[in-house]
Amino acid sequence: MRVRFSIQRFNPALDAKPRFMSYRVEVARDATVLEALVRIKEEVDGTLAFRASCRQAICGSCSMEINGHEKLACKTQVLAELDRHGEIKIAPLKNMRIVKDLVADMGPFWHKVRDITPWLIPEGYGTIAISPSTMKTFDNVDACIMCGACLAACNSNEVSEGFLGPAALAKSYRFIADPREGNKKERLLSLQHEDGIWDCVRCNFCVEVCPKDVKPMEQIIKIRRASIQEGMRWTKGSRHITGFLDIVKREGRLNEAAMPLKLIGTDIAGLLRIIPLGIRMLIKGKVPLHFKRGIEGIKDIRRIFRERGL
Amino acid sequence: MRFAYYPGCASKGACPELNQSTRLVTEKLGIEIVELVKSSCCGAGVIGEADPDLQLALNARTFSQAEEIGLDIMTICGTGQGIMSTSNKRLKEEEGLLPRINGMLKEGQYNGRIDVKHLLWILVKDFGLERLRERVVRPLSGIRVAPFYGCYILRPSSVLGFDDPEKPNSLESIISILGAEPIDYVGKTKCCGFPVVLEKEDIALGMVSANILEAKDAGADCMVTPCPLCHMNLDIYQQKAGARAGKRLSMPIIHLPQLVGLAIGIEPRELGFSRHLASPASLLDKLGE
Ligand code: SF4
Ligand code: SF4
Ligand code: FES
Repeated sequence: MRVRFSIQRFNPALDAKPRFMSYRVEVARDATVLEALVRIKEEVDGTLAFRASCRQAICGSCSMEINGHEKLACKTQVLAELDRHGEIKIAPLKNMRIVKDLVADMGPFWHKVRDITPWLIPEGYGTIAISPSTMKTFDNVDACIMCGACLAACNSNEVSEGFLGPAALAKSYRFIADPREGNKKERLLSLQHEDGIWDCVRCNFCVEVCPKDVKPMEQIIKIRRASIQEGMRWTKGSRHITGFLDIVKREGRLNEAAMPLKLIGTDIAGLLRIIPLGIRMLIKGKVPLHFKRGIEGIKDIRRIFRERGL
Repeated sequence: MRFAYYPGCASKGACPELNQSTRLVTEKLGIEIVELVKSSCCGAGVIGEADPDLQLALNARTFSQAEEIGLDIMTICGTGQGIMSTSNKRLKEEEGLLPRINGMLKEGQYNGRIDVKHLLWILVKDFGLERLRERVVRPLSGIRVAPFYGCYILRPSSVLGFDDPEKPNSLESIISILGAEPIDYVGKTKCCGFPVVLEKEDIALGMVSANILEAKDAGADCMVTPCPLCHMNLDIYQQKAGARAGKRLSMPIIHLPQLVGLAIGIEPRELGFSRHLASPASLLDKLGE
């Protein structure tokens, strides 16, 4: 079949800004986007730059934006894309510097991974047996091929460049969960900082785009849980969770208007800062005052909380 | 058509206009709703961060209440839909999970027999777009509406499954049926920032201004959302986000049932617009109200 591909081209040495160019090539019905790119490069325009190696979703080098979403070109079928979007538009991973055409600068991605100390720091020199069921708790994280798709899609990274991001944090969880690891507490502590676990907005984009089902967001949530369990409760993020639990236990529902106080604690300046907005919400009838006694059936809800030790 | 109505926390707290407009719209359309008065918070993913079983138990408890009256649940919150869909799928599919969670319940047991659907899905599928078209008495012609889905009603799509997360269409189809024009922009499936607005205000406000400015550039007269948490962030924090970005945002943020209500002939003042912090006056003026 003859298919039109719209491909973003950009050579920073020559071009002021990226532009889309159109290529029509003949591809097999079962062709992947990567096969089409190879054909375009070989038969139409040898200057087209993209990365690829394994052609079987193992090396992670061919991640790019296909019809607006982060995908591996070698794992994406041309026909399926056409069915889904009616066209094929290809660009490099977003929120990264473009080296040339479809090649994005993965430097920041690697730095983030390096920042979490991506190797095991064993406790002593003995051998520790790991059961298959323990291995199962983190082996899907080991499946990560470092393609960077999740970081490009990460909504938090888009507005907060420093954020460690989904892949690095998922990898960090992999070591925190490893029974051989001797540095668990230090690892958890090191993730409480400004650009650590509490920057994740839980947008689920990383879960959605990951070609290896690593589910980075879920690993971040496990790190947050472990942090709270280890008593690391000074961050606003952790107080959001513990405060939320307090309110729902007391009232059965979340009273949004009561949440800010749970995070501010004894910070008087913080309290003064939220007052103006609080007053505007009050005037607009957005501060419910009837929650105090709790909803119908609150006793049963409190019992469930109590039986969970809360 | 009958549903067990799960209002969720936001519509009983900071967004009473959502509860109010849902009641008016369902009544006018003849969708009967029975409120689950004893239902609790769904956990919003936050309770699940601390204790996944507790979040499952709270939801199983709500599901058992709907099962008892033999009705599927209607939600009006994108976040609630995401959490309840995930809980329901796990309870139905994971071996041994249902009995374990039922063991935490005292007032009723859940047998895995109900479905949870968002009002948006119910309007598109159960009620039907054609039927909705017949009920439009005041087409919203000339109005350009930016759909804003938020996260949890779309992702993870392996659980939600109603819309294609890369190319959702349910909000657009409703906007069109009501006579308005849906506009397209990348931000429509992005995060509103609400989950971190209290702890990471810069990130949250950055998302508010980016999403609103993008909708504005695409020519939107208003944004419509199926999630009250998105509404809160985009509406309540709009002024702050604008100040931070150094831009005037002034974008009316409309709840899904408010938009439907306008088109099926419910008086705007009954739909609770006066409770919005970002004034919808420009939109209502344009509609000649
Ligand atoms: S977590 Fe998934 S998307 Fe992210 S780098 Fe690893 S394989 Fe790629
Ligand atoms: S869920 Fe968190 S880590 Fe994953 S993409 Fe969203 S903000 Fe980034
Ligand atoms: S070429 Fe290796 S993952 Fe696509």
